[in-house]
Amino acid sequence: MLKVLRDLFRHNREFAAGSILVLIVLGIVVASFFSPYPPLDSYVVPPDIPPSWDHLLGTNSRGQDVFWQVAVAMRNSLLFGISVALISRVIALVIGLVSGYVGGMVDRVLMSINDTFVVIPLFPILTLFYFMMHDHMSWVVLAVAMASLGWPYDARLIRSIALSLRNREFTTQSIFSGMSTRQILMEEHLPYVLPIVFSTTLNNINWSIGLEVTLSVIGLTNIETPTIGTMIYWANQHTAMVAGIWWWVLAPVATVIMMFIGLFLLSVSMNEFIDPRTRLARMGA
Amino acid sequence: MEEAALSVQNLRAYYVTGHFGMQREVRAVDDVSLSVRKNEIYGIAGESSCGKSTFIKTVAAAIRPPLRVLGGSIKYSFLDRDLYDLDERKLADIRWNHLSFIPQGSMNVLNPVRRIRESFQDFAFPHMGLGRSEFFDVVNRHLERLQLSPSILSAFPHELSGGMRQRVAIALATVCRPEFIIADEPTTALDVVVQKDVLALILETQREIGSSMIFVTHDLTVHANISNRLGIMYAGRLIEEGPTREIFHDPLHPYSRHLVASLPRIGDLTPKIALTGAPPNLAQPPSGCRFHPRCPLATDLCRQASPELTTLSSGRRVACYAVASAPATRPMTNDRMTNDKFKSF
Amino acid sequence: MSTLLSVDNLTKSFARGGIFGRTEFVAVDHVSFSLESATPEIFAIIGESGSGKTTLARMVLNTMSPSSGVIRFQGTDISRLRTGRDRLQFMRKVQPIFQNPSEAFNPLKRVDRYLFASAYHFAGCRSRDGREIAADEALKKVGLSLAEVKGRFPHELSGGQLQRTAIARALISSPALIVADEPVSMVDASLRMSIVNLFKTLRDELKVSIVYITHDLATAYYISDRVLILQKGKVVEMGSARQVLSEPHHPYTVRLRESILSLDDVERVHTSG
Ligand SMILES: Nc1ncnc2c1ncn2[C@@H]1O[C@H](COP(=O)(O)OP(=O)(O)O)[C@@H](O)[C@H]1O
Ligand SMILES: Nc1ncnc2c1ncn2[C@@H]1O[C@H](COP(=O)(O)OP(=O)(O)O)[C@@H](O)[C@H]1O
Ligand code: SF4
Ligand SMILES: [Mg+2]
Ligand SMILES: [Mg+2]
Repeated sequence: MLKVLRDLFRHNREFAAGSILVLIVLGIVVASFFSPYPPLDSYVVPPDIPPSWDHLLGTNSRGQDVFWQVAVAMRNSLLFGISVALISRVIALVIGLVSGYVGGMVDRVLMSINDTFVVIPLFPILTLFYFMMHDHMSWVVLAVAMASLGWPYDARLIRSIALSLRNREFTTQSIFSGMSTRQILMEEHLPYVLPIVFSTTLNNINWSIGLEVTLSVIGLTNIETPTIGTMIYWANQHTAMVAGIWWWVLAPVATVIMMFIGLFLLSVSMNEFIDPRTRLARMGA
Repeated sequence: MEEAALSVQNLRAYYVTGHFGMQREVRAVDDVSLSVRKNEIYGIAGESSCGKSTFIKTVAAAIRPPLRVLGGSIKYSFLDRDLYDLDERKLADIRWNHLSFIPQGSMNVLNPVRRIRESFQDFAFPHMGLGRSEFFDVVNRHLERLQLSPSILSAFPHELSGGMRQRVAIALATVCRPEFIIADEPTTALDVVVQKDVLALILETQREIGSSMIFVTHDLTVHANISNRLGIMYAGRLIEEGPTREIFHDPLHPYSRHLVASLPRIGDLTPKIALTGAPPNLAQPPSGCRFHPRCPLATDLCRQASPELTTLSSGRRVACYAVASAPATRPMTNDRMTNDKFKSF
Repeated sequence: MSTLLSVDNLTKSFARGGIFGRTEFVAVDHVSFSLESATPEIFAIIGESGSGKTTLARMVLNTMSPSSGVIRFQGTDISRLRTGRDRLQFMRKVQPIFQNPSEAFNPLKRVDRYLFASAYHFAGCRSRDGREIAADEALKKVGLSLAEVKGRFPHELSGGQLQRTAIARALISSPALIVADEPVSMVDASLRMSIVNLFKTLRDELKVSIVYITHDLATAYYISDRVLILQKGKVVEMGSARQVLSEPHHPYTVRLRESILSLDDVERVHTSG
């Protein structure tokens, strides 16, 4: 595994660039645990100082250090993105594998549900959701809501792989070895789709962070939790750009863009890695 | 003696892979020498993973890591130098025009999202030095000669049957009328009816453009129908070579004798014996003669020393102590094949 | 019960084509044959590719349901096997062998898992040792041993070893019928004979009936007792293997016979050129 990573790093520019970007962001996220100021407190530092050695990314109008704010915000955003991605991946895996393997009626029902979710307009639904939930809106609730909207594309992809696996000889071999459907799905088919799921997970993290930022910027989330989105929301509330406090907006935007590009590059470079043929070649076949 | 179209001397090509400092060598082609005459179809037979494809890739200059050529020389009559003394540009010049390679499973390597026409354009057009319309004139005429309808040019590969795709692959490889054609298992994936047609097509093409050819397949029946001379490989080595007819009538090496004896034929119900044991692992080939663990005639000498490929007075070549040491040109009779080591299990 | 397998007017059609001009495509067309329990035999089904051999095999294995017609195994209509227990019971008696040994096992998994799963589900071996013994016994029948196979991935075994392992796995449940879909078309000539000889041994010593699907007339002649010639889903000729293959009557069988490459051609080709 280490060798694979090393080889990827050496020979695959996307992978190298992507992992450097992601590592920088992760470094910032880890740093957030050592923040000298409690993240929710305000007026702990003099407000509106431009970037300097004391405050690397300056301070904002609420008397908070922007660097440490970004660190905590990125941590929450990332946590949010990962949660959404993981929950929706589980849904996608179960639906995709079952639908593709079992086929017939089950497949038709699951896929029509799937198609319904594909055409649901995300943004209005989430807005509606915010107005329904109001005070109960926490990031956990939002994560679950977004996860239940974020699975259908993947489920289709997984289904198409499962469909082709169903007709492979080894699947029949498993059936005639007496294995149960659960065993075949979990032990025989899952290893084939996991790498692909891994790559789409990276994209899904991006998608959910992006959506969260969009919702937050217009105030449709719980603005008390510091995230990249709520940070930009607060900056806008204080008309930071007009007041010339550009670093308050630029810092979170730059960080999240680094994350986007990093994850995107990683998922692109994953594609070569994922191809089952190259995977087998690495196993020495 | 007339000049050989291809002459290979002492070729060694290994797969060298490194895992955490541990080096592994698969000796897929080990000290093979042979020459292919002009206008000849030279067949290479042998069970799978004996190194046929590796040999072919080496003489077609289609090597890629981990495959490495460790020694030997490869000379084509149309080249003034050794194949491996050429630089990339010169190699690109001779491909298609002089030397054409139909790799294993080539019917499946046609780009699935490009029409056949575009595949011809991608591969052959740059080598022909013709204008576009002239080029397609040539392609159309070529297809007609191969009794393929030019309308297949606008098809996608998946719209064609396996046999049709294989014919397209052959047409593509021969459109530049190369002097030398190398084909790796071109009929293996096809069923009997189609196989016969494709073989006829290959023979026809080879005769028509007058090229020399190396034809690889593990299927001896196919060799009986196409190859003029036959080389049999075992575990990375050439162990017997001779005119196809003679090998079928009187195989000399114990391995070839087994191969010929085990062919089923309609009308023949005598029990066919199968070899004991498994093909050797080429990362750790057996000592001495590589066939000795499965050979019914093996002696201590065979276990220690490796027999050279020796030319017999008949002009045939064979690498076996039991054959070379025997005085006559026909050292053993076929009935010794019913040795009881050759039973099915 | 005297009839092992009876296939009666079996038909399978697939819908073909786009939204317009949807047509029925008949892959298997009113096929009937039967095998007797008392006389285990190798029954060859021969046809070129696309003639419906695999479709027929799938229906016999109950992994695809026929459009019409009935398949009875030991007297029971197999389309009525609905419960998991019935199906397991059926699979214990009827086992498949596949065309491509390197495709028959999941390349990402060790091959022994299939042997152990079969031993667990079909031979009632609940303990680990029991499973290993059952797997070893079956492997011995095909000339292998567990030691050679245990813990190996498919790419670490040769094609011949894989095909034998697949046969061994099928034997664990002591089946009465094996359906082998082109089991030798992807293996070498030298190996081909060892697999084919193995089928003979299974028939003669273990009394297993074998449906041997192939397009290779020479091996079919060599091992089978009866043959069925399939053309575009229809049976065109059926009968004793020797008779049908040495004196074919139907023009299609004649054509098949003519297109097999014969070794005698070595004379023709090489004396003319
Ligand atoms: N890329 C590779 N890396 C390592 N070993 C290989 C590779 N390709 C083939 N081999 C090994 O080289 C030997 C010869 O293979 P090949 O030339 O493909 O045989 P054939 O064409 O006769 O079936 C085999 O043992 C095979 O496992
Ligand atoms: N699931 C399917 N859907 C549609 N057509 C099929 C399906 N399976 C097989 N066919 C068609 O049925 C015909 C017979 O196929 P098959 O039974 O695989 O033939 P064989 O095994 O003799 O080569 C082919 O033309 C094939 O395209
Ligand atoms: S050299 Fe010896 S072991 Fe090798 S083939 Fe000849 S008799 Fe057999
Ligand atoms: Mg090969
Ligand atoms: Mg088939």
